[in-house]
Amino acid sequence: MLVQLLFYAFAAVMLAAATAVILVRNPVYSALSLVVTFFSAASIWLLIQAEFLAIVLVLVYVGAVMVLFLFVVMMLDVDLEELRSGFAGHAWLGGLVALLLAAEIVGVIWVKGLGSGIDLRSGLAAAAPGASNTRELGVSLFTHYLYPFELAAMLLLVAIVVAIVLTMRVRHREGVKVQDVAAQVAVRREERVRVLQMPPEKRS
Amino acid sequence: MNATALNPSLLLWIALLPLLAALIAGLAGRVIGRTGAAAITIAAVTAALVLSCIVFRQVIVLHAPVFDGPVYTWLISDGIRMQVGFLVDSLTVMMMVVVTFVSLCVHVYTIGYMHDDPGYQRFFSYISLFTFAMLMLVMSNNFLQLFFGWEAVGVVSYLLIGFWYTRPTAIFANMKAFLVNRVGDLGFLLGIAGVVYFTGSLQYQDAFGAVDKIAGGSFQIIGGHSWNALTVVCICLFIGAMGKSAQMPLHVWLPDSMEGPTPISALIHAATMVTAGIFMVARMSPLFEGSEAALSFVLVIGATTAFFMGLLGIVQNDIKRVVAYSTLSQLGYMTAALGASGYAAGVYHLMTHAFFKALLFLAAGAVIIAMHHEQDMRKMGGLAKRMPVTAITAWVGALALIGTPFFSGFYSKDALIEAVHHAERWGSGYAHWALLLGVFVTAFYTFRMIFMTFHGQSRMDHHAEEHFHDVGWDMKGPLVALAIPSLLIGLFTVGPWLFGTFFEGAIHVRPDHDVVEAAKEEFHGVVSFALHGLMTLPFWLAAAGVATAWYFVLKNPAAAASWREKFAPLVKLFENKYYFDWFNENVIARLSRGIGNLLWGVGDRGLIDGALVNGSAKLVGVVAGVVRRVQTGFLYSYAFWMVIGLALLLLWALRAVLGGAPLGATP
Amino acid sequence: MITLQHVLVLSGLLFTLSVAGIFINRKNVILLLMCIELLLLSANFNFVAFSRYHGNIDGQVFVFFVLTVAAAEAAIGLAILVVLFRRRRSINVAEISTLKG
Repeated sequence: MLVQLLFYAFAAVMLAAATAVILVRNPVYSALSLVVTFFSAASIWLLIQAEFLAIVLVLVYVGAVMVLFLFVVMMLDVDLEELRSGFAGHAWLGGLVALLLAAEIVGVIWVKGLGSGIDLRSGLAAAAPGASNTRELGVSLFTHYLYPFELAAMLLLVAIVVAIVLTMRVRHREGVKVQDVAAQVAVRREERVRVLQMPPEKRS
Repeated sequence: MNATALNPSLLLWIALLPLLAALIAGLAGRVIGRTGAAAITIAAVTAALVLSCIVFRQVIVLHAPVFDGPVYTWLISDGIRMQVGFLVDSLTVMMMVVVTFVSLCVHVYTIGYMHDDPGYQRFFSYISLFTFAMLMLVMSNNFLQLFFGWEAVGVVSYLLIGFWYTRPTAIFANMKAFLVNRVGDLGFLLGIAGVVYFTGSLQYQDAFGAVDKIAGGSFQIIGGHSWNALTVVCICLFIGAMGKSAQMPLHVWLPDSMEGPTPISALIHAATMVTAGIFMVARMSPLFEGSEAALSFVLVIGATTAFFMGLLGIVQNDIKRVVAYSTLSQLGYMTAALGASGYAAGVYHLMTHAFFKALLFLAAGAVIIAMHHEQDMRKMGGLAKRMPVTAITAWVGALALIGTPFFSGFYSKDALIEAVHHAERWGSGYAHWALLLGVFVTAFYTFRMIFMTFHGQSRMDHHAEEHFHDVGWDMKGPLVALAIPSLLIGLFTVGPWLFGTFFEGAIHVRPDHDVVEAAKEEFHGVVSFALHGLMTLPFWLAAAGVATAWYFVLKNPAAAASWREKFAPLVKLFENKYYFDWFNENVIARLSRGIGNLLWGVGDRGLIDGALVNGSAKLVGVVAGVVRRVQTGFLYSYAFWMVIGLALLLLWALRAVLGGAPLGATP
Repeated sequence: MITLQHVLVLSGLLFTLSVAGIFINRKNVILLLMCIELLLLSANFNFVAFSRYHGNIDGQVFVFFVLTVAAAEAAIGLAILVVLFRRRRSINVAEISTLKG
């Protein structure tokens, strides 16, 4: 019962924070609200015994991604008024689409019953006493999912490289040859090919 | 193993030595220099001649069994073996010796003839390459290699006609030769395809063994009319021979081929390559024997060529062209003999003709060199005193050509005419008379040329007089070497070769067709045959021809002019070569260009380029022009469409509510 | 006791909110990115819930990978954003339609 109460509490906080994310005027507050959302989500995951992921969510999102968001938001001198214009004009559209989607999701979950053999009202399976969620996840990651895991590591590396390449300001020095991709793509045939008209050799 | 059995690697070397020499002279010509190129090719051809003579002795004297086998299998595709193989029997060894001997003479002659030419090494390379190709052709035991040799000699012929590639006329002539030969080769290829279609094999022996099977088949070519397969195959093969051996109407390239240097006119366009067609038909005698209709076709084409091409020789003033038309006419004789089933006579004439015609060409070449590249006979005359060796050898060649008794040409030509006389098939009467009249014509143009060139008053202008110089022994030697067989070879070989068992096993004639056997009844020894020849119609026709030539050229030249006027339309017809070139250029070429333009304009540019290629591109462009309006470039519109798509997907999942089938598996 | 239904409803609501957020904040790229994070979070809720429901760890492994991809996406997205701002002095996507067909 306590668990259920806690769930409702966290769920309420999370939904409220999520609403704040999409509605508040200042992006800084949005980002902070997002932090709250993720904290609440992590708490709910703890309640349903996905402890490792809950911690990862806090560490990765709150610790890294959200800081990055805040950092960018604060670094850029954004004209908020311009971005907010037309806000109300599209709110109704957003609301409409959201309602449509909500109806559909509800329809899928209850009317269809998610196909067969799934009991929506049964509780989530309780973990066996002494079982470690972290250990289970680790065993699975480093055995069955080893290659995907390494691919994920590679993906992160690529993301790092991309982020650096994109944001680093390159100063063109004299004598250093640099590809100008735009110029290459924009080249026209007339600049590269010259068609000559030559008379054929005549037989006298 | 039989001690006299032929050694395949020996045979291979005969063909490969000239090829090696050609490669060395051609690719390393600058390194080995002019002398080196000449020496290496002559050495290779000499070796090939010696080896050919050894093989000749093994086959003819020691009676080694016929060699018929592969030396290299190239590939096997769908059961058809493509291989390099040799079939060496009496016909092959005769051709091998003739080819290598004439080739050697021409090689030696070239030293003098091409002395001042910058393309010296190239020329030696080409003629050695030609020798290789011709040997591959005659030694082949399968159709593929035959075709290879056939095309290879064609290529070399093309290269050599256009040897002086800066002359527009030479380029025009070699293109013409190439194109006309393409027409013939198409027929040849179809013939080979027909054989493969029925026998599933490229080997001669398989084809010869399946004559009855082919004869039993039929083709439906146009409409519902069905043709005997053997006739079609034989005529197709013969069309190939018509191209290569310059039979009407595919003869037009040969006179123009005289644009090439004279040695190759002698080697390729008189002695060897143009006789490949004759050789091929003789080789295919088992096939041709099965089709009376095809033989009649061959006979009529040959006789027509023999007579009408000879007539053209009368009005020519270019010394080489006279000999060229003479070659056409003689090839017609051989073809007519083939058509009369007198294969042995045809091939025998091929052999004698190779010697005396090569001799005449080389003699003409010697005159041309002596006259400092003057080919017009009207500017010659009286050369006999100034270049006696050339004159004597030319006389030998001319006498052999017109069939003077005891000369080699007499035996072959007389036997040939006799064989045609005995033939009993559609067209043989016409052929016999065409050949007889041809004898008169031959004698007339031959001695017109001899008299105009070597006798009478000199008509040289001052300039030519100054530059005149007799040729050296490097050119006279081959003349003498060729004059000897032209004079004597008939005496020694006619008995055993033509009327003996020489070609047994190589040439197949049905007993009821055997015209050579019929002619043999009048043969009672070499001398009596010649003496008997003195009393036959051909001899007197030839004598009349010589006399006519003497009258018009030496005795009364004014009469010639008045006769020319009297028969002006006929002369005009001859001078325009029966308008074959005119017809080809204005009708066939114009027609094919018209069709080509039509197909190009409507089919290629309009339909394929316009409708299919550009049309589909344009269609894509039009459709894209409509569809691109969806792409606004705004981020949120893409997000909007994605969400709409998601909503639709969910709707799809909710089909049950809307009356569709249930989602997933139902319990 | 928390049932499957609880979590699914929560995830659905979160998803709906984030979709609405995309429409409402259609001009602000930063908020669009945040909404995408929310979308991914709601998907992750479903994974975790079903993983627990079935007693199968694979669902949680998948969440792990989704988190990885989301982190990479956020990093690159923000980098692009920085470059965009440098060039145009604005992050208003209503002004950006270079890819208009």
